[in-house]
Amino acid sequence: MNRKEFLRGAKNGMPIALGYFAVSITIGIAAANAGLSVFESGLTSCLCFTSTGEFAGIGLIAAAGSYLEAAILQLIINARYVLMSASLSQKLKEDVPLRLRLLTGIGVTDEIFGLSIAEEYPLSPFYTIGIVSVAVPGWTLGTVIGALLGGILPELLTCALSVSLYGMFISAFIPPAKKDRKIAALVVCSFIASLAFSLIPVLKGISESTKIIVLTIVLSAAFALIFPVKEKDENEEHKE
Amino acid sequence: MKNTYIYIFVMAAATYAVRVIPLTLIRKKIKNNFIRSFLYYVPYATLSVMTFPAVLSATNTPISAAIALVAGIAAAYKGLSLFTTAAICSLSVLIIEGIMMLM
Repeated sequence: MNRKEFLRGAKNGMPIALGYFAVSITIGIAAANAGLSVFESGLTSCLCFTSTGEFAGIGLIAAAGSYLEAAILQLIINARYVLMSASLSQKLKEDVPLRLRLLTGIGVTDEIFGLSIAEEYPLSPFYTIGIVSVAVPGWTLGTVIGALLGGILPELLTCALSVSLYGMFISAFIPPAKKDRKIAALVVCSFIASLAFSLIPVLKGISESTKIIVLTIVLSAAFALIFPVKEKDENEEHKE
Repeated sequence: MKNTYIYIFVMAAATYAVRVIPLTLIRKKIKNNFIRSFLYYVPYATLSVMTFPAVLSATNTPISAAIALVAGIAAAYKGLSLFTTAAICSLSVLIIEGIMMLM
């Protein structure tokens, strides 16, 4: 059963691994430009496993910021992971042991979270770990290749591959939106709010990471207040 | 001269802590209705905000991305698999930008 879940995760994780491979090439290029060796670039991706965090972190390394700054930067940029981790905790059975939680936690990335949260309750940690087992190599390999080869992949290909990541997001929020109109409304509001942030002069300067966490908190809280979830909504969600 | 490995380790530790602490500390089902509702909505808010309008900048031209977005939404709405939806988005970009390159 665990093995089945692991393999299912690995299979479903392939699009993520592919998308990660494409996107991480850019990280590899950036890392090499900042003076990291190919090995150091690969190591960064393997251990950190976060696009936004690594981009920002690499910039800080290039600017020779302090170690403390490096830590704080990660905490802020990845703050949304706290919310995602809390959401995921609700999908896990109470008796999932610590060691599995520690492994599952590696999978708290936007995309892997998207796949995991779409699962019926209870989420098998092995499913997420299975996704992680293909996603981390994809992310690491792409970084290494980016650091090694620079911009050799034709741009058309990298563009097309990177869009597959958004395809994954879409397949994570559209089916629930179809089932629950409140979620559909949230998606629409999120799109509008997110667009507003990128167009309105005052808001334009806010970084992507800050925008994500601010809008997530504000919109989720607003919907929680105005459209609280009933037990049956959660169960409908689970019956998928 | 700062040690790159220490940077990497610090970054990794901070990121991992953020990811893992809530998962390990929060075990029981949360009873408070506001928090439960909040956590119910969080994933969709985050994913939607991250998707749009960012997807429009992922490609050489927003047009191919916009078409990929619509195609992806249609595919997901129809209940197509994750892989198929993602593939449809990528193929849309490949086709549209491929055509534009040839024009």
